[in-house]
Amino acid sequence: MSVATEATAPEAALLRVNNIEVIYDHVILVLRGVSLEVEKGGIVALLGANGAGKTTTLKAISNLLGTERGEVTKGSIEFEGVNVEASSPNALVKRGCIQVMEGRHCFEHLTVEENLLTGAFTRGGDRAGIQADLEMVYDYFPRLKDRRGSQAGYTSGGEQQMCAIGRALMSRPKMVLLDEPSMGLAPQLVEQIFEIVKKINEQEGVTILLAEQNTNIALKYARYGYILESGRVVMEGAADTLRNNEDVKEFYLGLGGEGRKSFRDVKQYRRRKRWLG
Amino acid sequence: MSEFWFFLEVLLSGLFAGTMYSLVALGFVLIFKASGVFNFAQGTMVLFAALCFVGFLEMGWPVAVAAIVTVGIMVAWAYSVERLVLRHLVNQAPIILFMATIGIAFFLEGFAEFIWGSDVHPLNVGIPNDAWFVGPEGEMMIQQFDLAAAIIAGLLVTVLALFFHYTRIGRALRAVADDHQAALSVGIPLNQIWVIVWSVAGFVALVAGIIWGSRLGVQFALSIIALKALPVLILGGFTSVPGAIVGGLIIGAGEKLAEIYGAPAIAELVSYMSGINNISLGGVEEWFAYVLAMFFLLFRPQGLFGERIIERV
Repeated sequence: MSVATEATAPEAALLRVNNIEVIYDHVILVLRGVSLEVEKGGIVALLGANGAGKTTTLKAISNLLGTERGEVTKGSIEFEGVNVEASSPNALVKRGCIQVMEGRHCFEHLTVEENLLTGAFTRGGDRAGIQADLEMVYDYFPRLKDRRGSQAGYTSGGEQQMCAIGRALMSRPKMVLLDEPSMGLAPQLVEQIFEIVKKINEQEGVTILLAEQNTNIALKYARYGYILESGRVVMEGAADTLRNNEDVKEFYLGLGGEGRKSFRDVKQYRRRKRWLG
Repeated sequence: MSEFWFFLEVLLSGLFAGTMYSLVALGFVLIFKASGVFNFAQGTMVLFAALCFVGFLEMGWPVAVAAIVTVGIMVAWAYSVERLVLRHLVNQAPIILFMATIGIAFFLEGFAEFIWGSDVHPLNVGIPNDAWFVGPEGEMMIQQFDLAAAIIAGLLVTVLALFFHYTRIGRALRAVADDHQAALSVGIPLNQIWVIVWSVAGFVALVAGIIWGSRLGVQFALSIIALKALPVLILGGFTSVPGAIVGGLIIGAGEKLAEIYGAPAIAELVSYMSGINNISLGGVEEWFAYVLAMFFLLFRPQGLFGERIIERV
């Protein structure tokens, strides 16, 4: 596949988010103008602390906000050049954009294999294709093949994360919105899952938009990153640039320059710096 | 020997009555599985479907036409419930959805009375109503009607179980039952799923309504009889189709056996302990199911076949 050449073409933006504002319950302003762009075949990381708006941004794109009384009140979202703010999640999955939610959300009482099959719901009765993709998912996640007959609720956290990613793959997506895949997993396992995600990105040409608190690992695998703070993008750049940026090092990677600081000092310093800068 | 045949007759009539409970319980299970809602209106749906059906028959329509039109009405009903109520309550607490179904139940009952009146309608769709006598000297009586009802219930259940486990829509239904948001996120349209589930529940209600109605006449008491499904569900588990069936059979058989054999035994025990002679006890049938359900709640709250509440350690 010519994934690499596609990725270098600058005009091939698969997803374009223009200055969106999201309000929950008609009063709580969560996103105050977030813009981002994801090129085809890329891995883009959305970074930031708790409550920065990462999950909300992903849910705004996949249109899962409605069930939480949130709505996009300003701005636009384009997927493959088509406005999709009003598309239902069902229509978006059919278009090729699917979300893996934070906290896995496997169907507990369904077996692992049934979970994977629900991911192919929008593909209708394409039995041969679905069977082939099932094997493809088992190739990426051999652990799932061993546990195909167990109820998903009884599998481990890592297996559930694999199951959730595999389930999304079953819809033959062009793009996967991956929310916090490292949550609650052992560091070794996190590494392993990110390796597989990278492999999927390279071999299947699936574009990945990743929300992560674990800045370190996210910047290791992503090619580009956006940093969110209080519902705004405060910094963006290529992963290498971000990794070497002094502020990112200090605030997100925990590599402070001059000795140890108390948490309180850091916070004050940060606030002043943001306002002045 | 004739005592044995009598026992068998009691047992069988209990099991047959149990299939009727199972049919109603099935409607509850379907909706509970797919939307996590205990649909209080299921009993009223049985009544409403039966009333529509008998109403069309009395207008001189053939049985098949009346049945098809009634199914159509139940689908339309499912669609309106989704459109007007469920759609606006996505992701609300179960108690809120439960309250909504109570509202729906009262509305539907009033609506049914408004359209069809409150008379009792006899119903005869041609289910044979004779009795067979079995045994060397014909000691045991089997009602053909009961047998037919049991066969219909069995068929319906088999089809539904297969549908749930082996079809794409069935899997989607179970997925929605587990996690609404996750189901949405993989592109399962909740609204369509709910319309399908309520339609199927409406169809089951019609079958139950026709059988109950043929036996007791179509009357408003049907919606109360339908609440007998509650202990059946506690026994069988709210999420299990086979559970609804086995639960119904156990309750049906248990009731009859308790009435015939349990009541005298209890009476004897009471008179022995109190020293009062000639106590006779009746009506065990009325409360037996509920007491059994209570014991189940104490010792096995998920029911016989209910999905275990999964808690990983």
